[in-house]
Amino acid sequence: MTAARPFRVLPAITPENEHFWLGGAEDQLRFLRCVDCRYWVHPPQPVCPACLGRSLGAEAVSGRGTVHTFTVNWQPWYPDLDPPYVVAIVALPEQEGLRLTTNIVGCEPDDVTIGLAVHVTFEEYDDVWLPFFTPEPA
Amino acid sequence: MERSSEIGERRAVISGVGQSQIGRRIYRHPLDLTLEASLRAIEDAGLTRADIDGLATYPGNMDVPPGFSGVGITDVHDALRLELNWFAGGLEAPGQLGSVANAIAAVATGLANHVLCFRTVWEASAQGDKGRASVTMGGGLGGGRYRATSFMQWTLPFGAPSAANWIGMMAQRHFHEFGTTREQLAQIALNGRRNAARNPNAIYRDPMTVDDYLGVRMVSTPLCLYDCDVPADGSTAVIVSRADAAPDLRRPPVRIEAIGTALRGRPSWDQFDDLTTMAVRDAAAMMWERTDLRPADVDVAELYDGFSFITLCWLEALGFCGHGEGGPFLEGGHRIAPGGDIPVNTHGGQLSAGRLHGYGFLHEACVQLWGEAGERQLAGPPEVAIAAAGGGPLAASLLLTTYR
Repeated sequence: MTAARPFRVLPAITPENEHFWLGGAEDQLRFLRCVDCRYWVHPPQPVCPACLGRSLGAEAVSGRGTVHTFTVNWQPWYPDLDPPYVVAIVALPEQEGLRLTTNIVGCEPDDVTIGLAVHVTFEEYDDVWLPFFTPEPA
Repeated sequence: MERSSEIGERRAVISGVGQSQIGRRIYRHPLDLTLEASLRAIEDAGLTRADIDGLATYPGNMDVPPGFSGVGITDVHDALRLELNWFAGGLEAPGQLGSVANAIAAVATGLANHVLCFRTVWEASAQGDKGRASVTMGGGLGGGRYRATSFMQWTLPFGAPSAANWIGMMAQRHFHEFGTTREQLAQIALNGRRNAARNPNAIYRDPMTVDDYLGVRMVSTPLCLYDCDVPADGSTAVIVSRADAAPDLRRPPVRIEAIGTALRGRPSWDQFDDLTTMAVRDAAAMMWERTDLRPADVDVAELYDGFSFITLCWLEALGFCGHGEGGPFLEGGHRIAPGGDIPVNTHGGQLSAGRLHGYGFLHEACVQLWGEAGERQLAGPPEVAIAAAGGGPLAASLLLTTYR
């Protein structure tokens, strides 16, 4: 018998965000990108904030990134999500300022530092693929 | 674009303040607390309820999270049978004091003469003995059926439902870039506790030591329990009046020299360009753009401490020290103590006096300027004060004076 997976609040899936939350099914971390000026856009919106173009499409990034900042959460916010766990903002190399909030998994909390090289790893919860990040092999 | 040369906020003043009973789990209806604070503020100004023709609040009536509000404009309007010319309440504002900025704008443009502004919380009673998890979105609130939308979809799935997590990440980045330490940050909490000992309305008044601080449990690194404010029940009310109404008032009002409400970066906890400061940077910059006064002119600063790190952000953003210099500035705590370079949170702040959510700082700034702070009154009394509230992507600051 395997241990029950931790509890996760899941996002409501919409046409606007499904590229992000379902990309893990194809092992892809996807963001909107402007077809005209090639600017990455996150969170999704219907107009490019850089050039105001209306042609945006989902594209996959490399899935590599670095820990921009993090926190080790010790507060039991949810009955079935046991602390400690690491919440982080990961910066992606594709564009200055392109980043997302996530968890760092597959290592001890004490091993996480700002600047740590990480890559995406997905876990499926119901109809959603949550993008977590794990340290690159040393 | 050039900013207007007109500093319209100087057409408004603060004429009175009032607070309800404040405590933990006092189980009084939030409207009852609100009316108690409101009537005290109206009387404090030397007005009657017939004079009140405007209402402003933050965040307006909300059922969730429990205890965060529970009182809206409509409730107070009807309970006091006010005849209003202007009113506004809502969450989408530059922090809690954004509602006071709204009132100032209404008065300065002639839409109202006397605006009653209020902020009410009953988070201690709402959590009762069931703890913080009972009011967490998607957990105690909503259970397994809840699906996150808007900003919350980017953070709740990762077990980060609280500003403790988001501010924790800001603080971690500050520690990383500038070498800030927990011992330095502790001085915010210790200063608040020392000051709370002289505030009979404060919730926690027993002495706290550095060892107490370093020994208490972590919430979200580098923030420990004593970096987080204490849920409280209570209401604070403030009357914003026309400056030319001063002859009708009980005592000379507090002048509004300048306000800052700017948010020039992205309005987001995780997308803002510089996570070591965020919106306080912009609000403070805007405020100083609107006055000839400088940080050295300020006698007392009441700076939001929903989390201790936010007070550090305000100290830096307001120019009491440079960006990144907050840690060394706090070293030893003497610069922010009464009699120091810039006394901070003279009532104990939200860390020790209770989470009255922004308005408590404005209340304390006015009381200090009026020389009515009792045992904790600063010498002088002070003539220039700052009240600043909010953190992350939400922030507003007010520069207040008793200059004639």
